[in-house]
Amino acid sequence: MDKGLQNRQAGLSEILTKDESSLLADWLKEMSGSVRRSDLIKESELRSESALFLKLLRQGVDSGGYDIDGAAWQPMRELLAEISRSRAQQGFTPTETATFVLSFKKPLFKAIRTRFEKDADALATELWSATALLDSLGLYTIETYIKTRDAVIRRQQEEMLELSTPVVKLWDGILALPIIGTLDSARTQVVMETLLESIVKTNSKVAIIDITGVPTVDTVVAQHLLKTVTAARLMGADCIISGVRPQIAQTIVHLGINLLDVTTKATLSDAFRLALQRTGLSLGRTSNHTAQKTA
Amino acid sequence: MAVISSETIPVTSEPDIVFVRRRVRETAAQIGLSLVDQTKVVTAASELARNTLIYGGGGAMQLESLNGPRLGVRLTFSDNGPGIPDIQLALRDGFTTGSGLGLGLGGTKRLVNEFAIESKVGQGTKIIITRWK
Ligand SMILES: Nc1ncnc2c1ncn2[C@@H]1O[C@H](COP(=O)(O)OP(=O)(O)OP(=O)(O)O)[C@@H](O)[C@H]1O
Ligand SMILES: [Mg+2]
Repeated sequence: MDKGLQNRQAGLSEILTKDESSLLADWLKEMSGSVRRSDLIKESELRSESALFLKLLRQGVDSGGYDIDGAAWQPMRELLAEISRSRAQQGFTPTETATFVLSFKKPLFKAIRTRFEKDADALATELWSATALLDSLGLYTIETYIKTRDAVIRRQQEEMLELSTPVVKLWDGILALPIIGTLDSARTQVVMETLLESIVKTNSKVAIIDITGVPTVDTVVAQHLLKTVTAARLMGADCIISGVRPQIAQTIVHLGINLLDVTTKATLSDAFRLALQRTGLSLGRTSNHTAQKTA
Repeated sequence: MAVISSETIPVTSEPDIVFVRRRVRETAAQIGLSLVDQTKVVTAASELARNTLIYGGGGAMQLESLNGPRLGVRLTFSDNGPGIPDIQLALRDGFTTGSGLGLGLGGTKRLVNEFAIESKVGQGTKIIITRWK
């Protein structure tokens, strides 16, 4: 570490130690004007968060320099992650969340100015590093905020996926899976697993996959359907694909997808009739067989 | 021939592909393509968008509606990916370097009226398709 950097850190560290209480007071005042959302967060909570931030900022500066990715900044990163997470859940905007960190600039700059009044060079350097440091902490806050939001959205999406792929038991031994909406890879995976699990659970012999609600059947969707049909077959169940509209049928032919091994029907009720026949047929055949024998 | 409208849509994620399909469908409906032809061109767009994303490492689609002598939609997919070394081979049904069915390119060609492909190894790929009313 070069000498200059060491001096700078010493300067900032000293300010953070000596002026801690006035910094905290100024900062809280600053926030009450701009970022404090008394509707969303309690004063006492904000005070303890701010005090902890100051403490960890000093620790970070003391031991690890200004690279907030380093190990010395681990506790600070944890605090900011926690703050972003709770702010995201409490309904703060990303700007309001990052302003928690950024609003500390004003009191800190004031303290730096007072201390380096007589040394313009040192003042400039000090302000520059302080601003860079707080900016990177602010950005880190935004990043975690967004990650939290993404995770929440993803979870909701996953929940919706499961909701929107209900497997319906139509009859003893007959399942139906009406698929509605876009079949992308993630969703198809869920659909396929849900269907296969239900086949086992209900010991079904026929599964109807209804694609009336699927707007586009391209090669990827077709491949997923074919895989599902094959897997179901391995488990002893026949699949019927229903809801193949005329325009979809034509497109599938042009794409060159081979669905010859798969039973398809135009409507769900056609498919259901066939499924009944299939489960019924085997019974019928046995009784026919018996009848012939006795005759 | 006149271009009635033109827009460029990024193709850099799965949700982008969904959006591509939606815009192509809207445009195809606007110029009055039949339901079957709408479905054909939307499916073709879906194939090319996915190739752009998976093999081209992302890119963009230009969506144009054309007038004269007939109405039509023209889609131009471009990426700066690795390019296609052997176009004839890539067009062959069943050929894939990934885990697909290998029907995307050949199928697309059969779904549209005009199909043009330019690709340079190491530079990227550009595919232009047109479906006329
Ligand atoms: N934009 C592209 N950049 C580089 N290579 C491409 C591009 N598009 C297609 N290819 C190559 O051409 C091959 C054939 O493409 P095609 O779309 O026909 O089949 P696929 O994508 O492998 O499978 P499918 O489309 O049936 O799911 C691909 O496997 C890939 O190697
Ligand atoms: Mg493809």
